[in-house]
Amino acid sequence: MRSSYARRKITDIFVRSACVAAALVALVPLVSVLYYVTSRGIGGINLDFFTELPKPVGESGGGMANAIVGSLKLVFLACLFGIPSGVLAGVYLAEFGESRFGKWVRFSADVMSGVPSITVGIFVYSLVVLETKHFSAFAGGVALGVLMLPTVTRTTEELLRLVPESLREAALGLGLPKWRVTLRVMLRTAAPGIATGVMLAVARVAGETAPLLFTAFSNPFWSSGLNEPTASLPVNIYNYAVSPYEEWHRQAWAAALVLLLLVLLLNVSARLLVRSRVGAR
Amino acid sequence: MSVVHEVSPLIRPRSKILTRFGREVNWGDFVFRRATALLAALVIAALAAMAAAMVHGSAESLSKFGLGFISSRVWDPVRDVYGALPFIYGTIASSLLALCFAVPISLGVAIFLSELAPAWLRGPVGFLVELLAAVPSVVYGLWGIFALAPWLRTTVEPFLGRTLGFLPFFQGQQRGFGMLAGGIILAIMITPTISSVSREVLRAVPSALREGALGLGATPWEAVRVAVLPYARSGLVGATILGLGRALGETMAITMVIGNRSEISASLFAPSYTMASVIANEFSEATGSLYLSALAEVGLLLFVVTVLLNIVARLLVWRVGRLPQSGRL
Repeated sequence: MRSSYARRKITDIFVRSACVAAALVALVPLVSVLYYVTSRGIGGINLDFFTELPKPVGESGGGMANAIVGSLKLVFLACLFGIPSGVLAGVYLAEFGESRFGKWVRFSADVMSGVPSITVGIFVYSLVVLETKHFSAFAGGVALGVLMLPTVTRTTEELLRLVPESLREAALGLGLPKWRVTLRVMLRTAAPGIATGVMLAVARVAGETAPLLFTAFSNPFWSSGLNEPTASLPVNIYNYAVSPYEEWHRQAWAAALVLLLLVLLLNVSARLLVRSRVGAR
Repeated sequence: MSVVHEVSPLIRPRSKILTRFGREVNWGDFVFRRATALLAALVIAALAAMAAAMVHGSAESLSKFGLGFISSRVWDPVRDVYGALPFIYGTIASSLLALCFAVPISLGVAIFLSELAPAWLRGPVGFLVELLAAVPSVVYGLWGIFALAPWLRTTVEPFLGRTLGFLPFFQGQQRGFGMLAGGIILAIMITPTISSVSREVLRAVPSALREGALGLGATPWEAVRVAVLPYARSGLVGATILGLGRALGETMAITMVIGNRSEISASLFAPSYTMASVIANEFSEATGSLYLSALAEVGLLLFVVTVLLNIVARLLVWRVGRLPQSGRL
């Protein structure tokens, strides 16, 4: 009896420590990635990196100004395509989504969020690039927008459902039409949460590379407007990392540091936004 | 609430319209509902258009190669003959290898976060695990090329070769780049997915079950084993399948470390090639319509498989609880 109890105790301690060990092991890659990107990237960060065009192979120096602007352009386009349509589709699901049509929309959004990003690239290639006959920032923006759409839709729906019904009833009782209640009471109350979800979605697409490879392509020079192929940070990191040149590897690490800071900043501030709201209530 | 001040000036005589059924409806509601329904339809349309574009794009290859496409090993753009077997093998093998690493660790993390960790530790550790999902794929790839692969080549692979070299899995040239590196990097990338879904599943288990087991004298681990895990099983399987779906479609990081050679080898040290990688490497440079069509067919296969896996996984998770909503899964 006694020994069986001791054995159970030992098993318990063993499994518990295994779980702690698993949590530690899971975090090792994060620490390692942060360490490598910081220590190798910091050397390549200087004013030139943010203001100069890339130099040809063999010349040192140069920067990635065009890729930084290109990335911002692509993310801006993605937001333009993805956020308004995603939020309004989410509003539909939360307000009128119990119909069979609503269930299909919800189902499609969930399935779409699991589709590999590279196949979204193929989709936009045949939709936009084949039609316009060239790679363009516009096509890249569409690809990233398509990737954002399901996340934004479902986040908006979930957060609208969290708003207490009493708010809606009070507003309806005061004589507001339904659509105004939805927009001015429900959506406004859920806005901070939706903003968090949207920021996470933006952080996600800002680092996406695969769908840009054959939509936005890349460009060693400035691209004007939306109709030309454009450089972007993720695609540049990829091209530079697989190149054989030492100097380009240095640039890739610097670009990775900038991209990682941008993505982590968006992530952390999105989560803090939620926390401060929850704390205030 | 500031709403009260804003409401009164908004109340004004409303124009009404009649619906088909003769009910009076506010015209704003009428337009609003239809406008949002239109955008909701856009989601279905996007998915349908995606499927249609893939089928249309791969029509030429589908009719030329038929079923032989998935069983042929020859991928030769020069002779315009295409078979996807090495890529299918590479994708499946690397994803299963990733699951071998990721499932035990993710379950450990999920049990730690939902059952064992003190309350003050749950938030920060959960946050760090989710940061793991926030790191862009291409940054993992860069780290894989310059940190993971050299470490595997100089430390891990020689060790495995010495101790387990009698197994066919650990033979051959030790390059660092290959199946092992691909499996590890995929495991890192799907761990946050599996562990955060598993954590939500475990949280959805009624605490009466847990308390009952503890009340009967079970140790904390026994309570998890006899009361929590059986209830959560289908959800945990669903979480694993969601992770598998992500691993199959993951592109950049694995393209950068798996070696990109279309060989089928039992050795984990050998280079391989995945479906997503061949698309990433060859699509923008593909000349000739049959070549493009064959690459599109690889994409179609990937699309169909991941969609099916996602549907199965979600059905399994829904049996227990809800999916966490933060981030793309």
